[in-house]
Amino acid sequence: MSDGSLGLWTVPLAVFGGAIRVSTPFLFVSLGECITERSGRINLGLEGTLVMGAMSAYGISYLSGSPWLGVLAAGIAGAMLGALHAGICSLPRVNDIAVGIALMLFGTGLAFYLGKPLIEPTAARLPAIDFGWWSDVPQVRAALRINVLFLIGLALAPILYWAFKTTRWGLLIRTAGESSDAARAMGYSVLAIRLRATMVGGFLSGIGGSFLSLFYPGSWNEGLSSGQGITAVALVIFARWDPMLCLWASLAFGGAAALGPALQSVGVTSGYHLFNAAPYILTLAIMIITCSPKRTLTGAPAELSITR
Amino acid sequence: MTTGSADPVEAVGVAPAADPGFLQRYGATIEYILIPGAALVGALATFGLFVALFGKNPLDLYFYMYQGAFGTWFSWQNTLTRAAPLILTALCTALPAQLGMVIIGGEGALLIGALSATSVALAMPWASPLVVQTAMVCAGVIGGGLWITLAGALRQYRGVNETISSLLLVYIGLAVLNHLVEGAMRDPASLNKPSTREIGAANMIGSIPGTDVHWGLAFGLVAAFASYILIYHTVFGFSARVAGGNIRAAKIVGLGVNKLILMICFLAGGAAGIAGMVEVAAVQGRTNANLAAGYGFTGILVAFLARHNPLAIIPVAILLGGISASGGLLQRRLGLPDASVLVLQGIIFVFVLASDALYGRIGFLKGKS
Repeated sequence: MSDGSLGLWTVPLAVFGGAIRVSTPFLFVSLGECITERSGRINLGLEGTLVMGAMSAYGISYLSGSPWLGVLAAGIAGAMLGALHAGICSLPRVNDIAVGIALMLFGTGLAFYLGKPLIEPTAARLPAIDFGWWSDVPQVRAALRINVLFLIGLALAPILYWAFKTTRWGLLIRTAGESSDAARAMGYSVLAIRLRATMVGGFLSGIGGSFLSLFYPGSWNEGLSSGQGITAVALVIFARWDPMLCLWASLAFGGAAALGPALQSVGVTSGYHLFNAAPYILTLAIMIITCSPKRTLTGAPAELSITR
Repeated sequence: MTTGSADPVEAVGVAPAADPGFLQRYGATIEYILIPGAALVGALATFGLFVALFGKNPLDLYFYMYQGAFGTWFSWQNTLTRAAPLILTALCTALPAQLGMVIIGGEGALLIGALSATSVALAMPWASPLVVQTAMVCAGVIGGGLWITLAGALRQYRGVNETISSLLLVYIGLAVLNHLVEGAMRDPASLNKPSTREIGAANMIGSIPGTDVHWGLAFGLVAAFASYILIYHTVFGFSARVAGGNIRAAKIVGLGVNKLILMICFLAGGAAGIAGMVEVAAVQGRTNANLAAGYGFTGILVAFLARHNPLAIIPVAILLGGISASGGLLQRRLGLPDASVLVLQGIIFVFVLASDALYGRIGFLKGKS
């Protein structure tokens, strides 16, 4: 009955709810990658980190019964993969992009290996806050069931923006990213700064992964992430390394990714796979529009290999 | 690393050092074999430790890996069958690497190549098998080639990073494949696994006589040798390497860098496209989601392990084909999950990249004259 009364309004509503739900992993990965890239290094391995985080969160939540312990475990697993990335990149003449590709394969493989026994059991999931209590319409209520992690990510974006601008740590990370010579001249170890930045980036990406397995879609299987990690890395580039822009871009992406399922729910099934590819097509389109071969991107950290 | 005289490594180097010219001439080649070899051994040892953590005997592991990969004629055939697409997808990463590009979208080019080859075969049911097969190869090359050329063009004309765009194109390619296979091109008879119609038994390329290894291996070998000659023995390849070494120098001497990049990308994608065509015409007989078996991603590892040398790709592809061929035996005999092959591949990749730091630092290879 409510289906009929809403009619085509179901689609924008589902896109809105989906934007909030689907954007959370994008948001965490892009904020994490933002920190890493600001320090002058790119970690393409976050796709693997995301899957690893999803698996660890599900496993720990299943074993301990506490989803929040799962989130923490996902963060720690992500930070360890980040440390591995930074450690290998610290060696002379090692290319950070290639190491990222390696860790993408390694993280996914390890997660599939360790996660084999987790496909069957059901783990405790993360709770959601019901912001739609005022409405009688089930779709509105569904759209407004918002997970706490999204709210944390929402708060994190302005905090990071502020931290990059004003805090000592933010300044150090930016210095390492703009000119490693300057950071060295100030007496800081660039490698140590990048190690920490990559670990924090991995920590946040791992948490993004925990959202996948513990809230939406909310189970562990090997098809859980298909490119969300790498999309989020690309997203940082056209968000111009700005945490606030990362937030808006993640929301736009979540909306694009929710389009396919939303249309399917009102009976538009043709082109389902193409709509599912919307985030990738959107990423590519935005990169084509915003990049330029003539100049480096405004706001790009000067030490970043990808923009040189 | 400073060289101490008590270093045992140093002692090994004494014998060839009697002829200082030998090391000067071949030091770099020895390095290219020794360092990835050491990385491989290190990775295998680490993987052994990893499975030991799960209570499996590492010696059993190595034994079954050898058995499953190279132990019998049957496993050799399995290995070579898997090596064929790996050679081709590795070229998709290795060729652009000559120009300093990191392309990781071989999987997408494979899928599009398979899709194009299947479409062509289904469009000409009247033609003789040889015509159909030739058309399939051309379609595979063009489909895969254009797919990677897109990534190259976006980099040259729009400054879009080719690593990210080529990976995004993998997901887009998979979506296009699923869309067509479940829609316009679907065989109504394929219920459980949506697929296209079959290309027909007559059009399959079959096996090399006396073996179960399909002709795709020959395609791979020819492509690898042709790439080697192209890169190291033609003006075109020389220009590509100049542009890869120093793009400004290449522009100053008047090389058309844009054209070079587009052509290399086309050849690279074409190689992966043939891999897709081979998977259709020798294994699957049709296009469906089974084609996304990860050959494109393993190919990246093959290319890096071979240091982007087209000839070195052949033995490395056989090695990694062997590792993936042994996956089944590891699953049956040791109860390891099928993902253990992925873990091992990841460990090898990490070790190989970390070993990049060793070049030029091995004491006895410095060739002191």
